[in-house]
Amino acid sequence: MKTVKSFVMSFALSASIGLPLLSLSGSVAAGGAELVLDRVHIDVRDQASLQSGARTFVNQCMGCHSASLMRYSKLRDIGLTDQQIKDNLLFAGEKVGEMMNAGMTRKDGKEWFGAAPPDLSVEARSRGAEWLYTYLRTFYRDPSTTTGWNNLVFERVAMPHVLWPQSGQAVLEVKEFKTADELRAAQLQAKRFARAESVTEADGSHRYLLKTTRIETPGSQTALEFDRTVRDLVTFMVWMGEPEQIARKRLGVMVLMFLGLLIALTYFLKKEFWKDVH
Amino acid sequence: MSDQPNLARRNMIIGTTVAGGVAGVAAAVYPFASSMTPSDRAKAAGAPVEVDISRLEPGQKIDVEWQGKVVWVVKRTQEMIESVAKSDALVADPESGSNQQPGYAKNKLRSIKPEVFVAVGICSHLGCSPTFKPEDNVFYCPCHGSKFDLAGRVYKGVPAPTNLIVPQHTFLSEGKILVGEDQKGA
Amino acid sequence: MAASQKEPVNIDFAGPLNRPVSGLLTWVDQRFPLISTWKAHLSEYYAPKNFNFWYFFGALSMLVLIQITTGIFLTMNYKPDASMAFASVEYIMREVPGGWLIRYMHSTGASAFFICVYLHMFRGLMYGSYQRPRELIWIFGVLIFLTLMGEAFFGYLLPWGQMSFWGAQVIVNLFGTVPLIGPDLAVWIRGDFVVSDATLNRFFAFHVIALPLVLLGLVAAHILALHEGGSNNPDGVEIKDKKDAKGIPLDGIPFHPYYTVKDMFGASVFLFVFFAIVFFAPEVGGYFLEHNNFVPADPLKTPEHIAPVWYFTPYYSILRAVPPMFESQFPGVAAMGASTLIFFLMPWLDRSPVRSIRYRGLEYKLWLAVFVVSFLVLGWLGTKPTDFLGKIGGIETATLLARFFTVLYFAFFVLMPWYSARDKTKPVPERVTG
Repeated sequence: MKTVKSFVMSFALSASIGLPLLSLSGSVAAGGAELVLDRVHIDVRDQASLQSGARTFVNQCMGCHSASLMRYSKLRDIGLTDQQIKDNLLFAGEKVGEMMNAGMTRKDGKEWFGAAPPDLSVEARSRGAEWLYTYLRTFYRDPSTTTGWNNLVFERVAMPHVLWPQSGQAVLEVKEFKTADELRAAQLQAKRFARAESVTEADGSHRYLLKTTRIETPGSQTALEFDRTVRDLVTFMVWMGEPEQIARKRLGVMVLMFLGLLIALTYFLKKEFWKDVH
Repeated sequence: MSDQPNLARRNMIIGTTVAGGVAGVAAAVYPFASSMTPSDRAKAAGAPVEVDISRLEPGQKIDVEWQGKVVWVVKRTQEMIESVAKSDALVADPESGSNQQPGYAKNKLRSIKPEVFVAVGICSHLGCSPTFKPEDNVFYCPCHGSKFDLAGRVYKGVPAPTNLIVPQHTFLSEGKILVGEDQKGA
Repeated sequence: MAASQKEPVNIDFAGPLNRPVSGLLTWVDQRFPLISTWKAHLSEYYAPKNFNFWYFFGALSMLVLIQITTGIFLTMNYKPDASMAFASVEYIMREVPGGWLIRYMHSTGASAFFICVYLHMFRGLMYGSYQRPRELIWIFGVLIFLTLMGEAFFGYLLPWGQMSFWGAQVIVNLFGTVPLIGPDLAVWIRGDFVVSDATLNRFFAFHVIALPLVLLGLVAAHILALHEGGSNNPDGVEIKDKKDAKGIPLDGIPFHPYYTVKDMFGASVFLFVFFAIVFFAPEVGGYFLEHNNFVPADPLKTPEHIAPVWYFTPYYSILRAVPPMFESQFPGVAAMGASTLIFFLMPWLDRSPVRSIRYRGLEYKLWLAVFVVSFLVLGWLGTKPTDFLGKIGGIETATLLARFFTVLYFAFFVLMPWYSARDKTKPVPERVTG
């Protein structure tokens, strides 16, 4: 037990250098706005979903955004023929072997929107599917911005709501709560994305706000149909982030089966030789 | 190491494991080797090329790029067409016996239409690009002096061994050809 | 003279190939020390027979071969040019046949290499493998570790994503904190006033040729030094002390075939795990491939949260933990440097009469546990922003935690001469056990 004591002593010695830094006064301050993104189930092997997403992407997103690392011919992998790509997705005489570049240049974008529209080839890999899915469904009308649109996930985003013909036009709804706990409970109960914010007033008091959107002018699709449109678009973007992901998993199964066999073989080999040793 | 190990059993296990290992290494070589084959970009650059020949004057040649190679399109005049017939005795392979052209261009003039000659502009000797000499009705290679007539047939006694390659091509319309794709029904 | 006196080589398998193969080997052996090298390092290198699980990771570090092979094929399509680098990596991922597999093997290999090296080093700490007479093996090993960190750092800039760019920016600026010469030093390293094309190009040169050459040399030195003194083992018993009539250690077995077959089994299991990651989770939730690195480098916009890749985060935590002193960030940088360099001193800090943890007292065991916990907690904190646990009394909780564990990290080393000497040890057996 002497060793334990001396360990405790030397430990206490070093800890006493470190501990004062851990002064336990004060309370943990509340964190900022936390985003609870909407869940979405996507399936990158669902070709119908991918093709629908590709159509939305080319028709609406590619007005401004490029996918400059992506070749139209790669769309053969989601079940489209060259002729289908030509007929449905190419409008300005591009060729199937070309990259998916937008008509708008980065410089134009910067002038028109204040920020160049980012290239979307690998956007899904940096943002994640749930962020994209939520972001694209939470635009609302806001006359105070230059584009007239604002977004719950990405506040004061430079991008206007391009999918409004389908979704319709939403407005912001703000509900106020008395305590942080009530706000949290309301946020967790919300069926669609809700942004929780705690605002500190000048006099030090807090206000707890829950922001949601409500469709005011309906578009060509119902809310459910529009969810599906966005899901398909996000599915396409996730696929486009790594077009080889389906092949990757398929090959992976075979490689792991082979390595499993190799483990068995080398195990018996080792056992056979080590009979000599014991 | 008191007991004598069962050598037959041991050799069987070694053999099986070695076979497994060799198979694994062979499979592992595949992605590396295949990464050296043409990429999607290279393949897209090798896609068929449309050529507008409606404004090509008789006697003129234009160069187009296909798969990174120069492809000539020559609009032959009547005189040029006749010159090909006259050079029959001078060329090494007048009947286009060696397989340097698609079936539909295996004829005297090595073309689909007599007046439109399409060929890959790379000498069959060491890969230089011959010069078009309409005044002599030949293609002359400056590197080693090989000569070809206006159907791309190689002259006798020059270093180049075979006729110039006629690529796959087809007429989309009177004034438009597509290089790199076979004629339909050919 | 010597060559002509060499015996003909006889190989031991029957069959039609026996004679030509033996003949060829004899021809080669008379001109090259083939058989003697084979014997010295494999078939007559006697390793202790009681190696356990922890002894797999030295051999598994041969994984460097995967990195070299995949690296060679990546350079065939990668462009070390600021305007093309990001797109060329995606070109490899999309357009080069099999390119995605080669790239994922390389990116996963980097992390896997560090896992193996960390476990290999931990083995050394547990069984006292750095102790006399193996100090040089350890020193070569620490040099390999430092070179490897440089290699990983240079390589991380190459994809030219936001994390590549800002990670390099931060690390190079650390050199800017060196008193007097700092600012000039940072400019000299970058070759520009910010991380730029010039930086990318030189990092590429260091990553693909300079450091790999240094690494290969150090690995050779590490192995030669090991085979000179002989391997340690989990009991820390010197097997060369007890030999049979022929001079072969009683507890030794030839490395080949016994450990070659054992390591082949270990390698198969390792490859299974490795390829499970490559094929099914190459990003490992943003730890092996960070999400922000899929955004091209933008010198005008810093990402909200920059964190190095996981294998650097313990040292990054130490860097952030030390507060600026005398209006200089240098103390933090010095502490970070010291946290890696202090490994060199292990052979002289440890004053224990025994090697292996099996025969040490409780004190060393507890300190080693404290070190491991500190290393892991610092690593975890390094992946997070400093404000993620809120604040205590005006200071970020995470920073306080990092300070606490930084002190413990260093205490493990600094107090070692004291606690290792007075620790109560158990008697060490004459021969290896088990």
